[in-house]
Amino acid sequence: MIDSVIDFLAPYTFLIVGAVKAVIIAIGLLSSVPLLVWLERRLMGRFQVRLGPNRVGPFGLGQPFADSLKLLFKESIVQNSADKFLFYLAPAVVVFTAIVTFSLIPFGKPFEIFDQKIGMWVANVNVGILFVFAISSMGIYGIVLAGLSSNNKYSLMGGLRSSAQMISYELTLGLAALGVIMITGSLNLQEIVDAQKTVPNILLQPLAFVLFYIAGVAETNRAPFDLPEAEQELVAGFHTEYSGMKFAMFFMGEYINMITMSALITLLFLGGWHSYIIPVPDLLFIGPLLVFSVKVFILLCILIWLRSTFPRIRYDRLMTFGWKILVPLAMLNLMVTSVFIVIF
Amino acid sequence: MAPLSHYLVLSGILFTIGVMGVLVRRNAIVVFMSIEIMLNAVNISLIAFDRYLGQHDGQIFSFMVMAVAAAEVSVGLAIVIAMFRNKPTINLDEFNLMKW
Amino acid sequence: MELLIFYPIAALAVVLALFVVFNKSPIGSAVSLIGLMLCLAGVFIGLSAHFVAILQVIIYAGAIMVLFMFVIMLLNLKDDDNVIWKSREGNTLLTVLTGFLVLGILYKIISITLSADSSKPAKIMESFGTTAEVGKSLFTTYVLPFEVASILLLVAMVGALVLAKTKID
Repeated sequence: MIDSVIDFLAPYTFLIVGAVKAVIIAIGLLSSVPLLVWLERRLMGRFQVRLGPNRVGPFGLGQPFADSLKLLFKESIVQNSADKFLFYLAPAVVVFTAIVTFSLIPFGKPFEIFDQKIGMWVANVNVGILFVFAISSMGIYGIVLAGLSSNNKYSLMGGLRSSAQMISYELTLGLAALGVIMITGSLNLQEIVDAQKTVPNILLQPLAFVLFYIAGVAETNRAPFDLPEAEQELVAGFHTEYSGMKFAMFFMGEYINMITMSALITLLFLGGWHSYIIPVPDLLFIGPLLVFSVKVFILLCILIWLRSTFPRIRYDRLMTFGWKILVPLAMLNLMVTSVFIVIF
Repeated sequence: MAPLSHYLVLSGILFTIGVMGVLVRRNAIVVFMSIEIMLNAVNISLIAFDRYLGQHDGQIFSFMVMAVAAAEVSVGLAIVIAMFRNKPTINLDEFNLMKW
Repeated sequence: MELLIFYPIAALAVVLALFVVFNKSPIGSAVSLIGLMLCLAGVFIGLSAHFVAILQVIIYAGAIMVLFMFVIMLLNLKDDDNVIWKSREGNTLLTVLTGFLVLGILYKIISITLSADSSKPAKIMESFGTTAEVGKSLFTTYVLPFEVASILLLVAMVGALVLAKTKID
């Protein structure tokens, strides 16, 4: 009986493995969001010389769960003037694109178990990084649609600003990543990491790293580039009219995007799961995963640190900074890199 | 791949819908979108032929179509904005100053 | 197997295209058009043109449609309450004739392609349609059109700026 079932399923093993991996990563990603919220609030507290949430559970660890429970049971208000379909579609688009983008991220060496070679990724496509950019550019629509469908001038302004900002900084993001792609000669994220076995790309492309990091902060709409939701001038930007779980979904999308962006920077510039200073044993998949997670964690902490350090920059300065400083620098980096590649 | 004719029929249907949109709609932006549908329909048949013949020329041509589409949309939408500035509407029938 | 994937995607594409044309609000049209572009990217993947599929998502769905959305937001367009099906003044005959002309051309094209033997596509390599393959022919055989396209984009950029800028006298 069991043998016949196994025989029947044998050709579809890749489907089952893929589905299991997808479920594990989606659940892991979604459950890491509350932890990240907790981390951010605690760290922000420390940066601002206060305690941060510390009442619910040990070290306030229960706080994000209490918050999400509250959001879950809050009445979901949809105002009459809103375009209902698009109003519901917008948060779904944000979370969907955020999770799909992460499915392209490899976070460890492939390992073998039960005669199955299992890669530590959901999908390994040959256009890897282009796919990441394509899907993350679809994420803009969540914000644009939220701004358009709310029928509220603050939301509209927020959506307008965010689409302009994200288009501008996407350019820098792509150009900075192009330097790494040229050095590696491949778009596949796994091959990019493998090429950094001895030297991480941050040493070869320091300027590209800085540009990518700045553009990444702007892409995820984090402070100091959180213009779309600047609360002093736009109430709350594109999610002014959202409440309850729909608001929480925007929140979730933003934090998942933070994780994805940190993971992408780790893969492109910091050598992914290769450890350079301390040798780490493989231990099936735990060693590489640990190295990767530590790097991502450090990058996330730096993101939070940036938020509590810098004031929000003015909108026109943001555009000037993007187009007149970052894009020319990225092009310069690209030119210098190509000259070096031709010479060596 | 599915048979070539399937792709061509899909391409033809989409092209016809695009033509219909250009003919019946007044909203300048929707007319532009219909033109985009037509360009996309052409891309389908280019790439289907490409796959059928096993070469890359059609894909290159579809890049050119995309570049032209991008150029056309940026200039076209700039014209729409300029039109809107003259007269606060984008109904194409309202713009008949050239007609005597 | 391919047909099982092709038919739903194609049907969805046609429905979305109809939505684009018949939707009253420009926002709805734009959202349907984004869906259509994504469907077509799926069709291209079925034709093993992976790179073009990605470009379709990045350029069409990611850049061009954002431009549309941007203009819709900028002009703050709501549903246009004008009757859609009122033909242009005195042009009813022309519209009908053009419609018949297009249908006739399409009928001819489809009858020709259906009569031809198109059941055997060429054998392709594993690397067909990948970035490396397409890039190779883009930068060798077609390098001149590529450069011309870049100039076209530059001209379009300057043209859009000149058109949309307010006059400073």
